[in-house]
Amino acid sequence: MICLLTLPPVPLELKSPLSFRTRAQQQHSHPFSQTLRSHTVPHKTLTGGGTATTTVANVALSEHNDLNAAEEGEPLPAELNEELMPNHVAVIMDGNGRWAKQRGLPTSAGHQAGSRSLRELVEICCKWGIRVLTVFAFSYDNWIRPKVEVDFLMNLFEREIKSQMQKFVSEGIRISVIGDSSKLPQSLQKLISDAEEKTKDNSRFQLIVAASYSGKYDIVQACKSLACKVKDGVIQLEDISESLVEQELETNCTEYPYPDLLIRTSGELRVSNFLLWQLAYTEFFFVKELWPDFGKAEFVEALISFQQRQRRYGARLS
Amino acid sequence: MKVFLGDLVLIQGSIMKKDDRSRINCIFENFVTFLRKCTFCVLSVGPIPEHIAYIMDGNRRYAKKQNLIEGTGHRVGFLALMSMLKYCYEMGVRYVTIYAFSIDNFKRRPEEVQSLMDLMQEKIEGLMEEESIVNRYGVRVHFLGNLKLLSEPVRLAAERAMVATANNSKAVLSICVAYNSTNEIVHAVEKACEEKWEEISLLNASGSGYGLIGLECIEKDEGENLIKLIDIEKHMYVSVAPDPDILIRTSGETRLSNFLLWQSAYCYLYSTPVLWPEIGFRHLLWAILNFQRNHFYLEKKRKQL
Repeated sequence: MICLLTLPPVPLELKSPLSFRTRAQQQHSHPFSQTLRSHTVPHKTLTGGGTATTTVANVALSEHNDLNAAEEGEPLPAELNEELMPNHVAVIMDGNGRWAKQRGLPTSAGHQAGSRSLRELVEICCKWGIRVLTVFAFSYDNWIRPKVEVDFLMNLFEREIKSQMQKFVSEGIRISVIGDSSKLPQSLQKLISDAEEKTKDNSRFQLIVAASYSGKYDIVQACKSLACKVKDGVIQLEDISESLVEQELETNCTEYPYPDLLIRTSGELRVSNFLLWQLAYTEFFFVKELWPDFGKAEFVEALISFQQRQRRYGARLS
Repeated sequence: MKVFLGDLVLIQGSIMKKDDRSRINCIFENFVTFLRKCTFCVLSVGPIPEHIAYIMDGNRRYAKKQNLIEGTGHRVGFLALMSMLKYCYEMGVRYVTIYAFSIDNFKRRPEEVQSLMDLMQEKIEGLMEEESIVNRYGVRVHFLGNLKLLSEPVRLAAERAMVATANNSKAVLSICVAYNSTNEIVHAVEKACEEKWEEISLLNASGSGYGLIGLECIEKDEGENLIKLIDIEKHMYVSVAPDPDILIRTSGETRLSNFLLWQSAYCYLYSTPVLWPEIGFRHLLWAILNFQRNHFYLEKKRKQL
């Protein structure tokens, strides 16, 4: 689903640096969970030839072990290792238009089908203990699309928020929206603001919807905030560092700002101005299926691939 | 005597054989180059990328696979790099950027870091030689990154190379060393803030600052005037080249590893399972064909909007 999300300006209290994990913390253990474990897991080489055992380090562990799948009544598939599940998954939901065209349907039907895929994915992520799901619903670059399509997506998103609101509240799902909200319709901006407010204390799972979002815009607005702080004497120019920039990015609304895994559907091999800074060490998984056809099986395949990767962050594994 | 003469004949025979062999090699090489240029002609019916970026991954794994001593993988990798540069410049690709050494790589064992630095220094000096690829193809070399983190001999060699090739204008080779995209962005943000701050101070000093200094810039509107995207972009290390059209990563990993995060926003990402020292012409050809296919699809989509 390419939802158009127009966001109201994020309230200041949400923009202030919350206690969130810096990249270093996300890479290593959290105080409440076990320290990094080395695992020996069967590792299929990406060329498809044979298997070899390898040691996997730098695993992002879930701090809430009580949220394991068994308790939710949906066990993890046998191929997946619970300890190697990503904390934060990002998805570029591409292919609704093509899906509809293949079936001789209008584009709106494709977006409708896409929204069903998203609902299913949110449910699976909740059950399998993934903490954050960020979806690229609408890029800042997508505003050039036909007005009919854009308006349809606005309405679709409004309808979806209204219909899912009860579920978010009852299942402890927090919804956050990032991007330039000023271009969204007023009614949608208000709805989003209310939804964020109502769910801000939910901590089981966070759904971040990137709407009217641009990775470059995110960095520029962080830079503007820092420039203002320098001008106001809050910080010195020399204090500007990676962690200060991290705190000003729009992903400061979550404890896990860096996706471990990025999935893009429809076969396109590019990031298209999605989270740029945040994707520095993210594992990419490109899928040929169109977004409305992306389901549990495809997600499991992406997770299996993710769990076989060696994440070295520039160092060497001995 | 006969034996001696026989030896001379034998030696003469083997020298002649050697001459023949090198002649044959030369002819073969020229023929292969000719075939390659024909392939480029065919390829150029479609769009040729202006800028290709490489993440040269897999040198160590290659050495292990071939049972070579540590460090040899990187040497073979360097030869692969020279070949790839040759193919790119023959094809008409004007800009090539390579991820030679990340700031994160300093975390490796000191012996490995030192041997890589030594190799880099040796190869940088090699680049300055007459018959090297940079002079043959008129390549201007840039070393991009936080060069202050490099040891002095390497940094000086890099600076000498940049000066020596400053007048070359046919192509550009950007070598990212002690580089990290987030570090680059922070550096650009810092420079942009510094520049704006100086600008405002100057304007205020001359009485035409529009009172910007006195205002609290919490409001988004005032922030709008402060920093723009272009202010940050011009301070990026990699601003010597346009954004890459293709980013090729070898060894099968599909991640950016903090390389060109900003510049690869719309870039075609191509991951190939081949290890860097094993990369060859056919891999580049395949990457370009895929790029061209995708390019046509995107153009079609753009026309529909």
